[in-house]
Amino acid sequence: MVRVAAPRSLAAVLLAACFGLAIPSGAPPARAQGEEALPQEHWSFSGPFGAFDMAAVQRGFQIYSEVCSNCHSMKQLQYRNLTAVGFTSDQVKAIAASVQVPLGVNDQGEPILGPGTPASTFRSPFPNEQAARAANNGALPPDLSVIVKAREGGPNYVYGILTGYTDPPAGVQMQPGMNYNKYFPGHQIAMPKPLSEGQITYADGTPNTLEQEAHDMVTFLTWAGSPEMVVRKQTGIRIVLFLLLMTGLTYGVKRKVWAQAH
Amino acid sequence: MAGLYKSEYKNPVVNWIDTRLPIFTMMGREYGTFPTPKNFNYFWNFGALAMITLAIMLATGIFLAMNYQPNTQMAFDSVERIMRDVNYGWLMRYVHMNGASMFFAVVYIHIFRGLYYGSYKYPRELLWMIGVVLLLLMMATAFMGYVLPWGQMSYWAATVITNLFSALPWVGHAVVTWLWGGFSVENPTLNRFYSLHYLLPFLIVGVAFLHVWALHITGSNNPLGIEPKGPQDTLPFHPYYTIKDSVGLCVYLIVFAILVFFAPNYLGHPDNYIPANPLATPAEIVPEWYFLPYYAILRSVPNKLGGVTLMFGSLLVLFVLPWLDTSPVRSCRFRPIYRQVIWLLVVAVIVLGFVGSHRPEGIWVVLGRVCTAYYFLHFLVILPVLGKLEKPLPLPESISRPVLPGGGGPIPSAATAKPMEKP
Amino acid sequence: MAEVAAAQTVAQHGQPPIVSKRDFLKLLTGSGAIIGTGALVWPFIDYMNPSKDVLALSSVEVDLTPIPAGQGITVSWRGKPVFVRHRTPEEVKKSQDTRVSDLLDPAPDSARVKPGHAPWVVVIGICTHLGCIPLGNKPTDPRGDYGGWFCPCHGSQYDTAGRVRRGPAPANLELPTYAFESDTKVKIG
Repeated sequence: MVRVAAPRSLAAVLLAACFGLAIPSGAPPARAQGEEALPQEHWSFSGPFGAFDMAAVQRGFQIYSEVCSNCHSMKQLQYRNLTAVGFTSDQVKAIAASVQVPLGVNDQGEPILGPGTPASTFRSPFPNEQAARAANNGALPPDLSVIVKAREGGPNYVYGILTGYTDPPAGVQMQPGMNYNKYFPGHQIAMPKPLSEGQITYADGTPNTLEQEAHDMVTFLTWAGSPEMVVRKQTGIRIVLFLLLMTGLTYGVKRKVWAQAH
Repeated sequence: MAGLYKSEYKNPVVNWIDTRLPIFTMMGREYGTFPTPKNFNYFWNFGALAMITLAIMLATGIFLAMNYQPNTQMAFDSVERIMRDVNYGWLMRYVHMNGASMFFAVVYIHIFRGLYYGSYKYPRELLWMIGVVLLLLMMATAFMGYVLPWGQMSYWAATVITNLFSALPWVGHAVVTWLWGGFSVENPTLNRFYSLHYLLPFLIVGVAFLHVWALHITGSNNPLGIEPKGPQDTLPFHPYYTIKDSVGLCVYLIVFAILVFFAPNYLGHPDNYIPANPLATPAEIVPEWYFLPYYAILRSVPNKLGGVTLMFGSLLVLFVLPWLDTSPVRSCRFRPIYRQVIWLLVVAVIVLGFVGSHRPEGIWVVLGRVCTAYYFLHFLVILPVLGKLEKPLPLPESISRPVLPGGGGPIPSAATAKPMEKP
Repeated sequence: MAEVAAAQTVAQHGQPPIVSKRDFLKLLTGSGAIIGTGALVWPFIDYMNPSKDVLALSSVEVDLTPIPAGQGITVSWRGKPVFVRHRTPEEVKKSQDTRVSDLLDPAPDSARVKPGHAPWVVVIGICTHLGCIPLGNKPTDPRGDYGGWFCPCHGSQYDTAGRVRRGPAPANLELPTYAFESDTKVKIG
């Protein structure tokens, strides 16, 4: 029965087509010609069972505090969030208290700074966008809270930026104050090389190569952008298993019910 | 004077209510014993799936609104706060965000089913037209919802789509200013989009009710495209189709769950995690996947008004589809030529989707124009002409006596000369 | 409904009503659907509970050093005013000497303060009558006849331990959960 069989394969074709349509908008489009392909790192958090390497997240936070936070804010995070990556509440209190954050105004109406609490937002290096631009040659260091979600290529792209600084190839005319980065679109980036070999002294004795530092930093930033990721995936596995079971059961009932159809 | 309804329910409480408001009788008649053609395939799941998706979108949306702030200064942060601090906020947001994609996927398959099996033909023209209204309402709702997170894509989508109306002759700019409530997309725009994004779904519920009502007047179409001849051709909706819909629902929810829990941002654009910046347009702006074909049609015409007209025309042509198709046969199964031609339409729409996601350069411009031309050719020329020229295959006598398996069985002679019965 | 319809179908076809695999399967599927739907409800309920950022602000630490004896301050805790009052030795003595049986809502002074911190009274500053905020923290405020707080709405009067002494209020000012982290620091909540 050729005619009747058609719609079944047709369903598959159409579904495939529908999801095929999604590819151009979802998957990273081919990078423009002449641009370096992004590094393909192995991440602790990738895959449906992946979870954050919390030691790496903590090391990444150390890098953020020592290096990145001098220019980049993380306005979506509060110090209390750090308890989720393995810091004790006393450690979090100490971390928060070690930075000066805005505490509103004093009785004279002047803005005041004071030690942070776990409920304080991560300290912003600049009070506003104008101040940030003025201090950075007119460039605005982006907020890093969701940077991994906000870039095509996600963790691999951020890792590429952190490790992609080289000398400009011969013949490339650099704009004043710009730096050459092989993964940055257009290659000229305002941010100077942020990390280098041996720059960070890890308390746990992890080797401080540039790759290790960048890897830890990206793990931290990915956690910062999607702190719900591990819970989300674990919930998802339970729900999908449950739905598979329910599919089997309902299909069984359906077969039995339809067996009686005249 | 109106009398009480004579309810047949035995349970005294149910009977008491049903006597005064026969809602149990109505539900029983419309969803319990409702005679439904017995030969549905799984394509007939998608109406129910759309209904359930609408319910999911309403539930998650109403809860998201409890924490969302429709203010340009706070909108982006409030969405992040929902995802980080509100209990199960990430779940609500990701279900709502991906639910839009799932809703369109379901509805597009539902529409394809209508096209393939001729569900828009007599006597279901109005049912079909109400469906097109639903699609338009969905598109408006989805667009305004996409603006709410106030990321870069939200902002520029709002700017570009509202600017479509500037193509209107004479009044264009006044209309756009009116839409914005200002001289650019700003806080008043976000506020009204939020208000309308909350309102329109309830309108969709109302129109969906009309859609189902109209469906229950004409009864469902079926893969053979012939009307049931009697009780031997139908089954009660419950339990036969409730359970069949449940199977489809489970499979559907698996796809939905995989998207939400393992790749929640797969269908989204990374730029929408950059807060809106009215002073810088992203390097590439693309709509969500479900708008890509329309976007491609829009760009396939170098003239601004022409592009906008074609884009809206591609939707409006669906309203007159029942009268464009001149074939007396509904189902593609019995239309040997149209069965091939309809796949060309599907391919054209999918290619338009790809065209919409690429910059209008080189081959993409050509492809966009060819497919746009085919889209309109299909509806405005091929359908009316083919209906006259095509010789349909013999229709089966009834649903219970289809053409025999193997294709070689004898065909009852009475069926050959009866393409589509009109009572 | 499902069972009825199924039974009818079986009856029409004249099959014997046996407890078949299908009934068990239906039971299992039905319970699965109920469990699934039930599990769906919880995220919606929990969504409306206080969120993490709200909970993070649910305790405040108060530095006591700037409060001179005889004065109090108001701090905001969970959106409510909390009075922190530094009582003078005379006020403490007077409050301790009050006969409990004379009170409208009997409570000894020792039950209103933390042991070893008798000068410090920490109460929720909401009148137990109809929810107004009593006066008395600022030196210029009226404090009523008992030297504590005076509610301007309907004239309830509280003593320095926050116990109601006169007026329509039915109970003493409520005590928040709090603890001394050191002699000069109180954590409320």
